[in-house]
Amino acid sequence: MEAELKNYKRRLKYRKAINLIVNSLTFIAALIAILPLLLIFYYTVSKGISRLNLEFFIEMPKPVGESGGGMANAIVGTLILVGIGGVIGLPVGIMSGIYLAEFGNNKFGQLLRFLTDVLSGVPSIVIGVVAYTIVVIPMEQFSALAGGVALAILMIPTITRTTEEMIKLVPHSYREAGLGLGIPKWKTSLFIVLRTAWKGIATGVLLGLSRAAGETAPLLFTALGNRFWSTNVFEPIASLTVYIYDYARAPFEDWNAQAWTAALVLIILISLLSLTFKIITRSKYKTN
Amino acid sequence: MSRIPVTNIIYESSKVTEEEALISTKSLSAYFGEKQALFEVNLNIPEKQVTAIIGPSGCGKSTFLRCLNRMHEVIGGTYTGSILFDRTDLRDINPVELRRRIGMVFQKPNPFPTMSIMNNVVAGLKLNGMRDKKLLKEIAEENLKKVGLWDEVKDNLNRSGASISGGQQQRLCIARTIALNPEVILMDEPTSALDPIATAKIEDLIYELKKEYTIIIVTHNMQQAARISDYTAFFYMGRLIEFDNTKKIFTNPSKKQTEEYISGRFG
Repeated sequence: MEAELKNYKRRLKYRKAINLIVNSLTFIAALIAILPLLLIFYYTVSKGISRLNLEFFIEMPKPVGESGGGMANAIVGTLILVGIGGVIGLPVGIMSGIYLAEFGNNKFGQLLRFLTDVLSGVPSIVIGVVAYTIVVIPMEQFSALAGGVALAILMIPTITRTTEEMIKLVPHSYREAGLGLGIPKWKTSLFIVLRTAWKGIATGVLLGLSRAAGETAPLLFTALGNRFWSTNVFEPIASLTVYIYDYARAPFEDWNAQAWTAALVLIILISLLSLTFKIITRSKYKTN
Repeated sequence: MSRIPVTNIIYESSKVTEEEALISTKSLSAYFGEKQALFEVNLNIPEKQVTAIIGPSGCGKSTFLRCLNRMHEVIGGTYTGSILFDRTDLRDINPVELRRRIGMVFQKPNPFPTMSIMNNVVAGLKLNGMRDKKLLKEIAEENLKKVGLWDEVKDNLNRSGASISGGQQQRLCIARTIALNPEVILMDEPTSALDPIATAKIEDLIYELKKEYTIIIVTHNMQQAARISDYTAFFYMGRLIEFDNTKKIFTNPSKKQTEEYISGRFG
């Protein structure tokens, strides 16, 4: 009896030790995973905060040599570019996701799914080249529109696949309940299934928009960049990312500092977008 | 195993003729692709009575039930033979229209989680175009009262349909079904996911509902079939073995297989 108890206690100690080791390992892994994010926050905030003031949001960039100035044109430019991308990309992405989930159970659907996955793996600079070929060359003009098209192509696969997965996650029983109530199939899909999947789809949309907002490569030879104020979609337009790219490479300390602030502003904008989505998709009804 | 007589009274068989039936099937065979799930079922279902369908798992009970409101087609099934509802062939009725007349309650409670309790009750009406808010509210209240849920949820009508207990959810689903004022309610093991108290509430409700509606209920629970139904159909291996009034089936079945099943010797 005594020996048995002793034996048991020994094994318990052993199990607890193993548990502690594995727990620590996973914790360390998680820490390593978020370390880059923390570093990004640390550097952008510490280096960018000093110039983060109203001036940065409402002033235009100053010429070399003059310090201060803002990036009003780039902030508005980024919003316009992401806006154009969203206007094209959201309907196409969401609707093709619905198509794949509802009617994609065939050869064509499989092909589409495969191509979407391929598209999401295409380097963004290549997408920039494509947009250059199909928009910039025919219009003989770099433009916000071309940049928006590139961003749209970029966000479509993310949105399509998330939409499809989220719709498929909706239990079949809700669809059956809808049909069983004599609600036509299209209304069941739209007002019951899609409504249930909406939160997840919004996450996909957010991911697509945030990724688009942070892209530089596809904008380099589509939207190009613009030193001046422009909201004309048929003209080249400034964007935060292209400014960060230019200013960070520049040999002027003043510009480097502006680039940090631009990066901080970009992160803030994306966080605000994230927060807005959280509020929009917050459940209307208490569940507990 | 000795056979203990439940009662000394011998109940007479009573058949339902085609003229009396609200729904009747004629050599109904149902398929999932190549696989045949039902074989030549002829069954007349009486109006404003509770008809229970019993049988071991995989015997075609649910398939039979789903044929009756063409939900069988939704999961890719087909059938041959004919089903008459109110003397009209089911194939001549638009499935959307049909499902408003033949409602369905499922095994697992499935209220819409993105709708409030009130909107769940009137979901069918609302999505079919009813806009009058006051009328919708009245209908919701009336049907929640019918299923005995009103007093339990009247202060929380704006909460999600998924926020209440399983038994309440199932009654909500029944309210949602009867809000469309159907002629028939199909129930596919409506209490198998519920505890005994919630089950008793649903059974009482079925007893109330049969005054207004024809009810067809699939159940695994033979005591339940015996308690609540007027007629019982026993299915085995996709075939209808016996159909008669419930008392006869449970006291003096004519077929050996029925007797063996209800006495628990197989299934």
